[in-house]
Amino acid sequence: MNIQGYLRADGRKGIRNVVAVAYLVECAHHVARAIVTKSDDPDVHLIGFPGCYPNAYALKVMQAIGTHPNIGGVLLISLGCESFNREALRAAIAASGRPVETLVIQESGGTAETIRKGVEAVARLKAVADQTQRVPMDVSELVIGTICGGSDGTSGITANPAVGRAFDRLGAAGAACVFEETGELVGCEKIMADRAITPELGEELEASVRKAEAYYTVMGYGSFAPGNAEGGLTTQEEKSMGAYSKSGSAPIVGILKPGDLPPTGGLYLLDVVPDGEVRFGFPNISDNAEIVELIACGAHLTLFTTGRGSVVGSAVSPVIKVCANPETYRKLSGDMDVDAGRIMEGRGTLDEVGDEIFGLVLSVAGGQRTVSEALGHQEFILTYKAFDPIGPACLPLRRAS
Amino acid sequence: MKPILLHPDDNVLVLAEPIRAGQTIEIDGAALVAPGDVAVGHKIARRALEVGEKILKYGAPIGSMTAKAAAGAHVHMHNMKSDYIASHTRLATGEGQ
Repeated sequence: MNIQGYLRADGRKGIRNVVAVAYLVECAHHVARAIVTKSDDPDVHLIGFPGCYPNAYALKVMQAIGTHPNIGGVLLISLGCESFNREALRAAIAASGRPVETLVIQESGGTAETIRKGVEAVARLKAVADQTQRVPMDVSELVIGTICGGSDGTSGITANPAVGRAFDRLGAAGAACVFEETGELVGCEKIMADRAITPELGEELEASVRKAEAYYTVMGYGSFAPGNAEGGLTTQEEKSMGAYSKSGSAPIVGILKPGDLPPTGGLYLLDVVPDGEVRFGFPNISDNAEIVELIACGAHLTLFTTGRGSVVGSAVSPVIKVCANPETYRKLSGDMDVDAGRIMEGRGTLDEVGDEIFGLVLSVAGGQRTVSEALGHQEFILTYKAFDPIGPACLPLRRAS
Repeated sequence: MKPILLHPDDNVLVLAEPIRAGQTIEIDGAALVAPGDVAVGHKIARRALEVGEKILKYGAPIGSMTAKAAAGAHVHMHNMKSDYIASHTRLATGEGQ
């Protein structure tokens, strides 16, 4: 499979050429959405942050996504009086060589006039993005995320270990593979730590899960939804063992936090649970927030496994949906890219489905639209969090090249 | 009907298809009459399980029993619990009533 990437001015390569329209407070959401709707282009996406109070994490994630390799240009929509540091965001995007424009509603004549100017701005940004050079892109240049949502008793038997097989192949080919949700690794911390490339990293992996357990205990709920129980999962640690199998069998080379880019290929854990005292509520209020964090870590695309049947996609980076449950697949086949539930019914093996996922990753990287992309799914959500920087034991040495 | 054994150490089995009460199921080569209806993806006891016994799935502990279960019986929230964080259902949150 020949992948033709979009070569950005900063040297990174993308698999999509998206112009993002970003609202910087909920008060600017309607205007930003109207600009996206009127632009009527599948590669113009809406992203944003709703809060009016400043948050270093939200700025870091918006900067990471504004400079993501799949992004060809950004239009910032500010109300004008919100706290979001639009100058810092604009500067980061501009420094990456991507075209960026800002419209402040209070300075641009209000709603109707800002929408009119915004549609024109998107057309200008598209014109620049369309000039992006296409270059060959190797599998080793991909960053692939994985997440599970709407898990049930089939997830840990079919879709999750099949993604693990695909992750093993992608990682062996040099890609960076990122799994996440430390709250869904409670119970797996010891076996996971044994896969770390250094004992110090193993200690950090265990500590990240202890942090998640403590955080969720304060919140009063684990990362466990009623549908998980209806689907046959009884406990957090049972769900965790199934979720953990998405990581495959490769050694774990590092830990990332949202907005950190993997410095090498190989398998990384994304620590999504905030540091310090419990603030701002649940770590991730829905699956979509986790997908956004994977994208902030550079994920070109995300492998999403589901048993109960999630239908979501994402802005910026395509989502490949791998359905674990054969009954769910029959009900929602129009929302699924891969029927992994066939393993339950003896119509396929883990290796066959893993190979299918691997092949689909290359096809989607080569431009093929996923089911959720074709259906127009472009979910995006970003809320408040607080993180400390990762510790020195969390990252492998940078490649010498 | 033969449920799935994920790991040789496991004391529960996973259903690849739903079972109905009275149906014959096969556990470790022996035929057994299913004591109740159980849905796809859910777990049944591989052998008789005692209160406090650790449940092993994928060869790893996933919680412990809060009530006894006969071989072939449904193992779920009514007779087992997490050893980490309590699980919840829609009814238990008070929002589904």
